[in-house]
Amino acid sequence: MSAVLHLYRRELALLWSGGGGPLLACGFALAVTAVLPLAIGSDPDRLGPVAAGLTWTVLALASLLSLERLFERDHDDGALDLLALGPIPLEAVFAVKTAAQWTAVGLPLAVTAPVAALSLGLDPALAPLTALAAAIAGLGFAAVGGLAAALSLGSRRGGLLIAVIALPLFAPPVIFGAGAVARAQEGLPTGPALALLAAYALAAAALSPFAGAAAIRSAQD
Amino acid sequence: MISSLAVQDLAVARGERTLFRDLSFALAAGEAAQLTGANGAGKTSLLRAVAGLLRPAAGEIAFLGTDGGALDPAAARGRGVQMLAHQEGFRGGRTARAELGFQAGWFGAEPAAIAAAARRLDLTPLLDLEVRVLSAGQRRRLALAALVAARRPLWLMDEPLAPLDARRRAQAAEVMAEHLAQGGLILAAVHDPLPIPARTLTVGAPA
Repeated sequence: MSAVLHLYRRELALLWSGGGGPLLACGFALAVTAVLPLAIGSDPDRLGPVAAGLTWTVLALASLLSLERLFERDHDDGALDLLALGPIPLEAVFAVKTAAQWTAVGLPLAVTAPVAALSLGLDPALAPLTALAAAIAGLGFAAVGGLAAALSLGSRRGGLLIAVIALPLFAPPVIFGAGAVARAQEGLPTGPALALLAAYALAAAALSPFAGAAAIRSAQD
Repeated sequence: MISSLAVQDLAVARGERTLFRDLSFALAAGEAAQLTGANGAGKTSLLRAVAGLLRPAAGEIAFLGTDGGALDPAAARGRGVQMLAHQEGFRGGRTARAELGFQAGWFGAEPAAIAAAARRLDLTPLLDLEVRVLSAGQRRRLALAALVAARRPLWLMDEPLAPLDARRRAQAAEVMAEHLAQGGLILAAVHDPLPIPARTLTVGAPA
């Protein structure tokens, strides 16, 4: 247990340091949100209906940003070999790293999401729902994103490969998350969409460590 | 805890090329072995195979406990093996204190042992510097301090003395001799002979 906390603290420190991680992701999300009305037009009647969809697109793209550093740096400087020799299995190392990614990037993005959505004209009453759905989706983004990062280890242009692997896997949380907010806009119950979103996020968090650890081992071999 | 290492008929291949085959040796508590061989003979690959990072093409690597029984390899590696690789695994932008604290702590060292190891290797004045400003020799001493602080039984070392000057080589030799005296095992890949009593194993074709 202490090894888990020890690694988690290091990962948080690494994600927060060097100007990357949360500030980059949230800054990117807000910058893209600021550009969208310039492209679509600032008419609230046009932006309002698509606010949820645009917000989730921005969230998915912002979640990709710091994934490249999640395993690649440790692989390059030899730290990943040491992590594999540690007191907890590589599967647990993967889970801790993706959990840190979720708390350091996913949760700040979940706070940013309502700001982006409101600035695009979403009903302020839906802000808490947007934040909740973004926080759940963030777990899914971190888990499948971490898997994509592990699979791209050792390849040139890893960043591009991560996007190509991860974006299709980001589709379900985008559909269910944006769907939940869109249903709330129409006054329909959001429970089913949120339940599906949570199911996807939990399944991804539970299964990705096994695939991710296998990918890391094959990159080390 | 690991009290001996037994390697039987080991063969390691990289891609299509077999680096070495039929390598057998045993290492008991308090013993050191130095691996010699030409560049590319497979010394580093052998260390990585013992660490479980590389799957051997054939053969067996067994860790034996104090009672002489075979240990579960994954548990033995997770509790009893520590590696000092060519790349020490330190992140350049963090302080030496943070990186030593993480690495030694990851391998099970207590804070007091980490501070003592830093003093032992004269690293205390360097601890507040970022790792990227340290020289190769200073980084290597930081990695040695992580080994000393955690005191896992089996040390796998890849060219441990290469970046060190004469004085620091002597200091590293003292640290390694202390580890052996406490019942540790050392398997080191070298080009220059280790300055401690060590058996020599030649990997691959004679250089």
